[in-house]
Amino acid sequence: MNYLMRRLATFPLVLLGVSILVFVAIRMVPGDSITAMLGTEAGLLTPAQRDSLAAYFGIDQPWFVQYWRWIGGILHGNLGISVTYGRPVLDVILERFPLTLELAVLSMIIALIVGLPAGIFAATHNEKLSDLGVRIAAMIGQSTPSFVLGLLIIYTLSAGFGVLPAMGEFAPLWQDPLRNLSQLILPAITLGFAFAASVTRISRSAMLDVLSDDYVRTARSKGASARSVIWRHALPNALIPVVTLSGIEFGYLLGGAVIVEQIYALPGLGRMVLDAILQRDYALVQGAVLFIAFNFMIVNLLVDLAYVGLDPRIRLGEQ
Amino acid sequence: MTPLLSVHDLRVGFGRKPQANEVVRGVSFDLADGETLAIVGESGSGKSVTALSINRLIDFGGGRITGGAMTLKRADGSLFDLMGATEPQLTGIRGAEIGMIFQEPMTSLNPVLTIGSQIEESFRLHRGLTGRQATAAAKDALDRVRIPDAARRLKYTPNQLSGGMLQRVMIAIALACNPRLLIADEPTTALDVTVQAQIMALLAELKRETGMSMIFITHDIGLVAGIADKVMVMQNGQAVEQGELNQILDRPRHPYTQHLLQDVPHFANGSAARVDGQRDKGEHMKPALKVNGLVVRFPLKSNFFSRASGAVHAVDGVDFDLMPGETLAIVGESGSGKSTTAKAVLGLVRSTRGSFSVGIRKASAAQSAKPVQMVFQNPYASLNPRLTIESILAEPVIATSGRVDAGTRARMASLLERVGLPANSLQRYPHEFSGGQRQRLCIARALMLNPSVVVLDEAVSALDVSVQAKVLELLVDLQREFGLAYLFISHDMAVVERIAHRIAVIYAGQIVEIGDAASVLSMPKHSYTKKLIAAVPTIDRRREHFEIDTRQVPSLVRPQGFEPAPARWEQFGGDHKARVEG
Repeated sequence: MNYLMRRLATFPLVLLGVSILVFVAIRMVPGDSITAMLGTEAGLLTPAQRDSLAAYFGIDQPWFVQYWRWIGGILHGNLGISVTYGRPVLDVILERFPLTLELAVLSMIIALIVGLPAGIFAATHNEKLSDLGVRIAAMIGQSTPSFVLGLLIIYTLSAGFGVLPAMGEFAPLWQDPLRNLSQLILPAITLGFAFAASVTRISRSAMLDVLSDDYVRTARSKGASARSVIWRHALPNALIPVVTLSGIEFGYLLGGAVIVEQIYALPGLGRMVLDAILQRDYALVQGAVLFIAFNFMIVNLLVDLAYVGLDPRIRLGEQ
Repeated sequence: MTPLLSVHDLRVGFGRKPQANEVVRGVSFDLADGETLAIVGESGSGKSVTALSINRLIDFGGGRITGGAMTLKRADGSLFDLMGATEPQLTGIRGAEIGMIFQEPMTSLNPVLTIGSQIEESFRLHRGLTGRQATAAAKDALDRVRIPDAARRLKYTPNQLSGGMLQRVMIAIALACNPRLLIADEPTTALDVTVQAQIMALLAELKRETGMSMIFITHDIGLVAGIADKVMVMQNGQAVEQGELNQILDRPRHPYTQHLLQDVPHFANGSAARVDGQRDKGEHMKPALKVNGLVVRFPLKSNFFSRASGAVHAVDGVDFDLMPGETLAIVGESGSGKSTTAKAVLGLVRSTRGSFSVGIRKASAAQSAKPVQMVFQNPYASLNPRLTIESILAEPVIATSGRVDAGTRARMASLLERVGLPANSLQRYPHEFSGGQRQRLCIARALMLNPSVVVLDEAVSALDVSVQAKVLELLVDLQREFGLAYLFISHDMAVVERIAHRIAVIYAGQIVEIGDAASVLSMPKHSYTKKLIAAVPTIDRRREHFEIDTRQVPSLVRPQGFEPAPARWEQFGGDHKARVEG
């Protein structure tokens, strides 16, 4: 508990660093929100009009003043107003986030359901033909770009067989679960494919390591069956690298998956951030990056807590 | 009467062509009910592979049984063909009829499961016990191996117990279902000598209680005297000699058995101690190394911000001096502070208090500014695999900002010759050398700067027994030739007896007894020294009854500001003295 409090106490520090980085980085990109919003018509503005617009958005001030105002707003729970949407940044993010979260969870479930047994299977059939098959499949899975796979799936399933609707207005999970799942299952498979390949490779190598450990030999000397040796003695010891990898991948997915969202026309975080950058919607980019960083830290914390559950030798917060 | 286990012409190979790579080449033996067979041999002799073949665990270790026959008499008297058995049949035999314990108790238990659940598993597998019944059976099993407070210990995970305790847990697991055969593969090699004595005593007692048979594998022929009925000596995959215990120990016929018994260091209660180079009684000699009131403490902090709540007193007031040409052995068990003392002398850990003075020899012109050098325990890990021997030997010279010139090269060549390695070694890499040769290289490296003191930290412990003897001889020769002073850190009394002039016994960070080797080993005065010496296995102590002692080593953690009481010493003639107890 003590450890948890201390970990949470470091969050503001990290977020402060992230906020400065993103704040400076996005202002180093040429162009500004007025030009981006009005396009060629921006050239028709008189300098006075331009100045008053800049004053309205607050971008006429030096950057540290802008930063100070922004941080002050955040401390009051106000992430600012999105220029493109004309609504509070937090509202825009929270509207997009459930889809991204659901997609990330589904992909991870697919990755673990497929990848973990495949990795264990390959490890227990080490150097046999079936092991080679799994390894080749994992290699293909890791090296296929998601847009190729996504288009391939859409083409074969939707166009070829007419199963599963791939397009149409997005339905949130709590309104129409069936329709929601049918919309998300293909993107989740697309994302989960590469994820499963990584899980396969890491669980295979972790299992191979563990299977040659002394305590596995002890388990066999007791007369434990092959199944018990794998599931009871070896797997819990092999899970730590799998959890580490899954945590990192899951954290990335929470930042949105631009290409897959684009292919399946899904309103997720990834496309929102991309649009916000193109539109120089400073407040939305900054808010989204902070939000994503915060999620990543939460995932990291959960991964560390999972270690404690998996391995009694790990005691968090001890020197 | 049919033997419990009959092994005939066993052959085991490894790799893709097991027939061509046999490491066990035709081993045969019979084991009767209640009998103990000791298999003795050095690494690579095939003794462990033989053991793992009996319960067919070798199938999982990359080995393949290429020929022979193995039959086990089951509890109901029927004969079981171990060679032809299927894997499901074998899982019914393992644990139920054949139990096994291994060398490394620290790694042989599953780190993520409680020891209770690991013991219960045996009862579940072979007795069908579950729930409370299994827990009760597990507690009884721990009681049986004399683990105090068994009910509470069931909930511990392996990292919470010491090596000796874990080996008891392993024995409890192996014997849970009363197997009629226990295979013990070097069960005490990784343990301290007093803990070894306790495990040996426990095994002997359990064997009496249960009437089981045992196959005891060891590299230490001294250890078999206490437990074996029959002995089989293995070399290069073959049994070169087997017979009754007394016959093998007293009238060995095969030259290799004779070599193991005679040339290898065995503990002889001080009668084999060195008599050369005794300490000069005149006081005109300046010590090569003098250590005064050495204290090394590691502060304990619960987290980065808080103040130290106490300290681990690793070394707590150690004094000694070391004359040129003399060996001082520091003996003690793991955690006693002997290696920390050595590291502090070399400046590898910072001492909290105390002073050192190192005498510089006047006679030698080439004396360097680094008069203390070190040889480490593991010759495989202490040579950089990417450097040639030439670069490795040049390293100390470069590190002291010397130039690698013709003189350096000449010294490399002469040292290589002196430690008994071929002259063409310079362009080769460490992996081309055997363990013994590597340790010779490490010795040559330590001598490159012409030191006056060489610290040898368990320098022969990782070597096979017959290689050990040769490296010890080399060390003695080099000492005479160069007038070296050795600080020899070891847990092995037999080795210490061969090389030490003086012995310091260290316990819980303090020297409890120090004096000339023959006197300390033959007439130990301090109770800990006595206990340590009594625990050393020797070929003369046959079937000796060991007392089971479950006392734990005292904690070295002391509260902040704690100072030990000043030592009071009792003199026992010469320079032999022991700390007054009480």
